[in-house]
Amino acid sequence: MKELFKLAVVYRFELGAILLFGIGFMNLLLQKNLIRKIIGFNVMDSSVFLFLASQGYIEGRIAPVLTNGSMQAATYVNPIPAGLVLTGIVVSVSVSAFFLALVQRLYLKYGTVEFDEIMLLAKKEAE
Amino acid sequence: MKNEWFRALVRWIDGEPAHDRRIRTPEGQRVRRARRAQRTGEQFSDQAAKRFAWGYRISAVVICLSIVCTLLYTVFQLPLFGAADSPANNEVVERYIEKGVEETGAVNFVTGMILDYRAFDTFGESSVLFLAVTSVLILLLRDKNNISEEEDLLTAHEFFIEREMQDLILQKVVAVVMPCILLFGIYVVLNGHISPGGGFSGGAIMGGGLILYGASFGILAVRRFFNRRTFTAITTAALLTYAASKAYSFFTGANGLETGIPLGTPGAILSSGLILVLDICVGAVVTCTMYGFYALFARGRL
Repeated sequence: MKELFKLAVVYRFELGAILLFGIGFMNLLLQKNLIRKIIGFNVMDSSVFLFLASQGYIEGRIAPVLTNGSMQAATYVNPIPAGLVLTGIVVSVSVSAFFLALVQRLYLKYGTVEFDEIMLLAKKEAE
Repeated sequence: MKNEWFRALVRWIDGEPAHDRRIRTPEGQRVRRARRAQRTGEQFSDQAAKRFAWGYRISAVVICLSIVCTLLYTVFQLPLFGAADSPANNEVVERYIEKGVEETGAVNFVTGMILDYRAFDTFGESSVLFLAVTSVLILLLRDKNNISEEEDLLTAHEFFIEREMQDLILQKVVAVVMPCILLFGIYVVLNGHISPGGGFSGGAIMGGGLILYGASFGILAVRRFFNRRTFTAITTAALLTYAASKAYSFFTGANGLETGIPLGTPGAILSSGLILVLDICVGAVVTCTMYGFYALFARGRL
């Protein structure tokens, strides 16, 4: 048990990322308010970024910007996850903006952002 | 047959119910389903809906818990946090760091990576931003052909608020702070290759400055120097410049030709070849996108 706890401290960022992922996923599935669903989606995105960034970190090394003319790979942390997280942030911003625009259109049409009410109104409209 | 299908598509987009039974559109299916329900006297019962909702909730919790447990188990199989010998630190990283300055001229290895080795990927990102702002424009723009009476009233009300409720303190503070924010954004964009930063972060800072200005002085004040025409011109020009310069360097690189672009001394502002140009392009796209999102969501127009 003590060993497991020690391991959990070592893996704190990864574990936090997984828990955040679970929280965001539950929000995405269970919230009825569409804006809260989108917030859950964003929490999921952030958890992925945290996980990626934690994978690139190496103990005792510095940020990947040339310092003191050292060109040894052993001086710097891994720069690749930083680039991947950048891509992820851009895509997440774009997707959330698109979602929110759709929600705004839905609100203008149905006057509510609750998913259930929108479905009921849409069903009534179809009949 | 193809023509018919196309006409049905146009009808569906216009929101008319499909009358042709052979062509399956969502609208037609809904009409057919409603007709069938009428014929059989079948009603949508509350009890079934409730049962479905409970089933949905329970299955959602079960699925989420199983995913989280699997992932938690997997985390303990990963290489230790901060370990130098994890498989992610392979020869690709070594190459980027040891040859990066020599090949790209950028002191910041991340910038050298995303704007030189993986520049095509970054071009995709800029295009994604452009696509996102375009689709938001399609959905939210209130122009002559795409406006209801309600939205008309809403717009008039918003512009009334903008005209009548000007906050003097906010405006004076913004007048001092806004140039500093823009200058800092430009600094971050131009120093992308020699310090942490670059097009995305600098563009986000400049976009934030524009949003602050728009929020305190009103969208109409921003429209004096930044309207839809300048928005389109800046974004397309930046994306085309990016595409052209990268096409040039890919073409010369693939054919083993000299690019003729000096890399300069690493660490100087005018160094690292095309990276500075690409950073400026990305910064312009991100600035326009950030402000475009704000203006479209807040007022429905640019």
